[in-house]
Amino acid sequence: MVATLHIDGAAYSVKEGQNLLQACLSLGFNLPYFCWHPAMHSVGACRQCAVKQFKDEKDTRGKIIMSCMTPATEGMRISIEDPEARAFRAGVIEALMVNHPHDCPVCDEGGECHLQDMTVMTGHVCRRARVRKRTHRNQDMGPFVNHEMNRCIACYRCVRYYRELAGGRDLDVFGWHHHVYFGRQVDGPLESEFSGNLVEVCPTGVFTDKTLKGHYARKWDLQTAPSVCVHCSLGCNTIPGERYGELRRVRNRFNEEVNGYFLCDRGRYGYEYENSDLRLRHPLRLGAEGPRPIPSAEAVSYVAGLLRNGGRVLGIGSPRASLEGNFALRALVGAGRFFIGWPERERALVTTALRLLREGAIRTPCLREVREADAALALGEDVSNTAPMLAFALRQCAMQRKIKVAAAFGIAPWDSDAVRLVGQDEKSPIFIATPCGTRLDDIATRLWRAAPEEIARLGFAVAKALDPDAPEVPDLSDEAKSSARDIAAALREAERPVVVSGTGAGSPAVLEAAGAVAAALRRLGRNVQLSLVLPECNSAGAALLGGGSLAGALSEVRKGQVDTLIILENDLYRRLNAEAADALLAGVKHLMVLDHLANATTARAEVALPCATFAESEGTLVSQEGRAQRFFAVHPARGEVRESWRWLREIGMAAGQSEMAAWQTTDDLIQTLSQEPGLSGVKEAAPGREFRAAGQKIPRQPHRYSGRTAMGADVSVHEPPPPEDRDSPLAFSMEGYQGQPPAALVPRYWAPGWNSDHALNKFQGEVGGAVRGGPAGVRLIEPAADAPARYAAEIPPPFQPAEGQWLVVALHHVFGSEELSAHTPGVAQLAPRPYLGLSPEDAQRCGVGEGDPVELAVGSSVQQLPARIIPGLPRGLLGLPAGLAGVKVVELPAGGRVRSVTGGPP
Amino acid sequence: MEKPLTKMMRPDGEPLSLGEYEAAGGYQALRKALGAMTPTAVVEEVKKSNLRGRGGAGFPTGLKWGFMPKADRVRRPRYFVVNADEMEPGTWKDRMLMEGNPHQVVEGALLGAYAVEADVGYIFLRAEYAKAARVLRRAIAEAYGAGYAGKNVLGSGWALELSLHISAGRYMCGEEMGLINALEGRRANPRNKPPHPQLAGLWGLPTIVSNTETVCNAPHIILNGAEWYKGISRSSDGGTKIYGASGKVKRPGLWELPMGTPLREVLEEHAGGMRDGLKFRGVLPGGASTDFLGPEHLDVKMDFDSVPKAGSRMGTGTMIILDDHTCPVGMVRNLERFFARESCGWCTPCRDGLPWAAQVLDAIEEGRGEPGDLDVLADLCRLMAPGHTYCALAAGAVEPLQSALKLFREEFERHIRDKRCPWR
Ligand SMILES: Cc1cc2nc3c(=O)[nH]c(=O)nc-3n(C[C@H](O)[C@H](O)[C@H](O)COP(=O)(O)O)c2cc1C
Ligand code: SF4
Ligand code: SF4
Ligand code: SF4
Ligand code: FES
Repeated sequence: MVATLHIDGAAYSVKEGQNLLQACLSLGFNLPYFCWHPAMHSVGACRQCAVKQFKDEKDTRGKIIMSCMTPATEGMRISIEDPEARAFRAGVIEALMVNHPHDCPVCDEGGECHLQDMTVMTGHVCRRARVRKRTHRNQDMGPFVNHEMNRCIACYRCVRYYRELAGGRDLDVFGWHHHVYFGRQVDGPLESEFSGNLVEVCPTGVFTDKTLKGHYARKWDLQTAPSVCVHCSLGCNTIPGERYGELRRVRNRFNEEVNGYFLCDRGRYGYEYENSDLRLRHPLRLGAEGPRPIPSAEAVSYVAGLLRNGGRVLGIGSPRASLEGNFALRALVGAGRFFIGWPERERALVTTALRLLREGAIRTPCLREVREADAALALGEDVSNTAPMLAFALRQCAMQRKIKVAAAFGIAPWDSDAVRLVGQDEKSPIFIATPCGTRLDDIATRLWRAAPEEIARLGFAVAKALDPDAPEVPDLSDEAKSSARDIAAALREAERPVVVSGTGAGSPAVLEAAGAVAAALRRLGRNVQLSLVLPECNSAGAALLGGGSLAGALSEVRKGQVDTLIILENDLYRRLNAEAADALLAGVKHLMVLDHLANATTARAEVALPCATFAESEGTLVSQEGRAQRFFAVHPARGEVRESWRWLREIGMAAGQSEMAAWQTTDDLIQTLSQEPGLSGVKEAAPGREFRAAGQKIPRQPHRYSGRTAMGADVSVHEPPPPEDRDSPLAFSMEGYQGQPPAALVPRYWAPGWNSDHALNKFQGEVGGAVRGGPAGVRLIEPAADAPARYAAEIPPPFQPAEGQWLVVALHHVFGSEELSAHTPGVAQLAPRPYLGLSPEDAQRCGVGEGDPVELAVGSSVQQLPARIIPGLPRGLLGLPAGLAGVKVVELPAGGRVRSVTGGPP
Repeated sequence: MEKPLTKMMRPDGEPLSLGEYEAAGGYQALRKALGAMTPTAVVEEVKKSNLRGRGGAGFPTGLKWGFMPKADRVRRPRYFVVNADEMEPGTWKDRMLMEGNPHQVVEGALLGAYAVEADVGYIFLRAEYAKAARVLRRAIAEAYGAGYAGKNVLGSGWALELSLHISAGRYMCGEEMGLINALEGRRANPRNKPPHPQLAGLWGLPTIVSNTETVCNAPHIILNGAEWYKGISRSSDGGTKIYGASGKVKRPGLWELPMGTPLREVLEEHAGGMRDGLKFRGVLPGGASTDFLGPEHLDVKMDFDSVPKAGSRMGTGTMIILDDHTCPVGMVRNLERFFARESCGWCTPCRDGLPWAAQVLDAIEEGRGEPGDLDVLADLCRLMAPGHTYCALAAGAVEPLQSALKLFREEFERHIRDKRCPWR
């Protein structure tokens, strides 16, 4: 419903019941605020957003009200410009500033500070207070977030964000009156994997990015471009910033259909691998004395020579490389000789997931839809570790119930504290079944911890409880039956249920079970959605492209069919156990590897080519939602580093593949790959290179970018022309279009008077909602409307722990399990040390204590690890950390044996 | 003159035992209500009596209790909370009532709870009131023993659990919504209204908070009727009021007098006038968070409608008197230091404005004042005007300051001009 609002005498139409602050900001007014945040809504604490309200036309006195706490009603008359209201707002800033250190020049927030912006906006310019400022002690909060409490203006945003949105417990407000203190009880790393958002949530320089501090540059000195996170399959949108050829930080890029206002710490802080000493900077040729740099041309002609001479070549692509890179490799070696570099089990899992999404009539939700869902079932996937922002979205899903309860009391969803007060302990029904405890367990209505097969059986039982036509689950316990009935009842009642699962448990049956629950709800006519987490940032893209697994590649090699193997951005030693990887690589005459970091695979390469990271190249990733998203180079690749596809193209052309010559730019390549079935939408992911806004390119450097003429002076005193960007409508320059580009091209948020990230307000149609022109990215997978929801035929038998027989499952860690971010010092610091997890009961039975060395044998792979006792882990299960440095690669789940090194076989 | 609230009390101020209280007619009102009156009838009687809340704001009690939504099965338990946090400087009337006649407080609480169909009652007591805690704890136990509280009160089928809660000790714990948060074990920050506590109070459930003195009136209204209650008042607000006076008067103290007794009468007849050699200069009529009134207002009737007409508030009705040998700047500074310390820290004007005001007053009092300081103080008073802050603490806190700036302006200016306090 629309209401007419009179603001300073002019009439405007706004959404009735919306709070006045949001309404005024959406209309484009500059009204200052602190405690309000579009994702956290109103609490009325700071009193900064005051306006004057008048009863009617005749009322000339009016009264001061807080716009964030007042709903817009029909015919309401307010004034922003009223002198008393202006004086009040200036007075609030003046009071806030009494204790503020005013240390902008040495404050990391300076130049992108909401407090600076609001201070200027209110016109507070001189200090009257002659008081001694109160001071605080700062805390060490770990590798990610810096703490400088003296700058606090006590807006309470940090604690509200951390506790209410992110579910953290270890940040709180202490003390009283003007000594309120926002911190932890004791120094120590923040426990939440969403802590980095404090940096953006805090409107001052209290919480700032500690990694940025290590190589600091002001916002106005950072070259930035729209990008996509490469650290999990969700594809959160980011804005990395660069200076002097080094990535300095990552900020959030708002995409209301994906990450909204937030990122996880893996995504925000994982970037430092780009600056790592492990970067390959030159083509390397392995000789007797080890690898030595060779010129690019020599590398290209050498590899081309291998191909040209009729050598039998095989390509292994990668689920962490872009569509473009994978496609170029496939084009080079031929579709039949192209393999995605994943083990067979992973291929089967990802293709199962994709089949469920493509063939059923069930939609996969974007993260906004998960946030807005009103019931959830998470089957088998520890999303808090494999897809953190999905876990974050589920926390918001839990809130939906409170919002609904509050609505019955006439309380608006933005009235944050009132919603929580009336909602009390109400939360949306959320059921979580995983092998091990997760950091989302606190929002669960009910929890199950079981072996993957048991979880799958629970899922199938839920499907059966929903739909009598679903297959019967044999040998189901009464307890499982009643659990299934409870879950089914809650999901049936929900208006917008979502089923979440993924490849993390390593079990196709779990995926099928999740699909079955969704199918059953769908058959009941429910508006259900199915969200499936995949292993890596482009797993979906790789699967859409198609191609066999490493098993296929290995069998070709075994047949002696391969002379030259080309591996794209893929460390096979993370995918296969060392013996299998050795066997594969030893079976080929020539090995060429393209990657950005040195690793065990590049170490074996006859030729290793240095390729560009996500921040040095343009490309497309397909998220688990099936959303194709384009990332753009933040800075040009230096020296001999270049995009994988450009290396491959050069090799191809040198080997006589003349059709590759047509790929002058990324767009040309995308044009070709868009011909592939299922990939036609990729073109649409972002405007192409020809796009111009008002005839101009989009500048990557802010209009206040400094040092342009001096930066290269150590090399030449002449200012070089800016590097040309042939691939995209963005420019490595400060010149160009200063207005709002389409969402996929937004390099930063800035607007006159709004230097902080809150300039985003000016990019959104309605503040807090979609940016003008719609969200970035394009969904490649939409369900067939008429496809019948089908059930899988096979239901696994119950899991029975047997004496001496163990089931080893993978335990994922937000810090440590993912390959690239693990090379970031802060992430490495927070990653666990290698361990083997076992339940307290099993530990006791085996006489194993915490930290005792145990020997794990899975097949022929044997390794010794310290024991970690994990309460809640089901008996008979062993948990092995996934992807962690120092833990041998084994395909999981798998049967295994364990031996206490000190005490003999249990 | 009728003194229903205090007439039973022993001259030595020691608490009445259950037997003594019953012998003096105690718990008859509860028996009457449970036996012959519906909860609505109790509320109606209180409405008719014109009892207005004694916590400071003077909101009509019957009206407030009547806002409680109709009892249903789902939204339970319902709560009735007696506010005994009394931390207003210069106010100790609730303490006297609790220490002298704890059963009257308990009966009042029970009647209030019955009227709003509560299931659980709390008496929320100021931490420093150790004696009151002792006697109340005992009185509650005795009430349980005698069947006035518990699973089946006096065999009526109504159940009420009553307990004493001792505050962690902050001024803000007395503010209705801060109190509710504190009772839940949270920080004593206030909550925004709406939703009002009747709708969503303690743990989100229907809740009433009434002041100690307020509830002490209930038994007498129920027993003697609304008409009698109105009749013992000298104003349109019903009943009697515990008035008090502190400062350099001859006999500081508390007196139960008809509502509407003029200020002068309290001061001169009951407090015995100013000490010898001192003259009356001004008065905070209702505790520290009310505006100063000068000598021209001595004839104001002390009730909830008359005091505002003179430019202040009735507040708690316990007045603090300023004489002509005490520095008004020092007095106000003392108060603002208190308020600054007690700000809960939630909203900006109060959290950062009050300590600033206190420090400006320090500067003036210590001879470091500057000419612009009075403008700063006036601006801060405007910043903390009613409705500008999240709760009423700040608005109350600046009442003595803003009125002192008007009434004693020349004193402030002299401090600044002479760079010293003339009283030191
Ligand atoms: C800062 C502040 C402190 C207060 N302290 C008390 C108190 O100690 N006792 C009290 O009864 N009311 C106190 N009040 C008033 C209460 O908020 C509330 O209005 C009162 O308890 C209602 O009771 P009544 O309706 O019986 O007056 C305080 C109000 C404020 C703003
Ligand atoms: S630390 Fe930052 S977010 Fe937290 S209260 Fe202070 S200014 Fe606000
Ligand atoms: S949730 Fe995944 S995509 Fe999003 S920021 Fe974290 S790691 Fe990156
Ligand atoms: S006015 Fe604001 S800071 Fe002061 S006590 Fe009330 S809520 Fe707290
Ligand atoms: S933004 Fe409205 S009070 Fe803080």
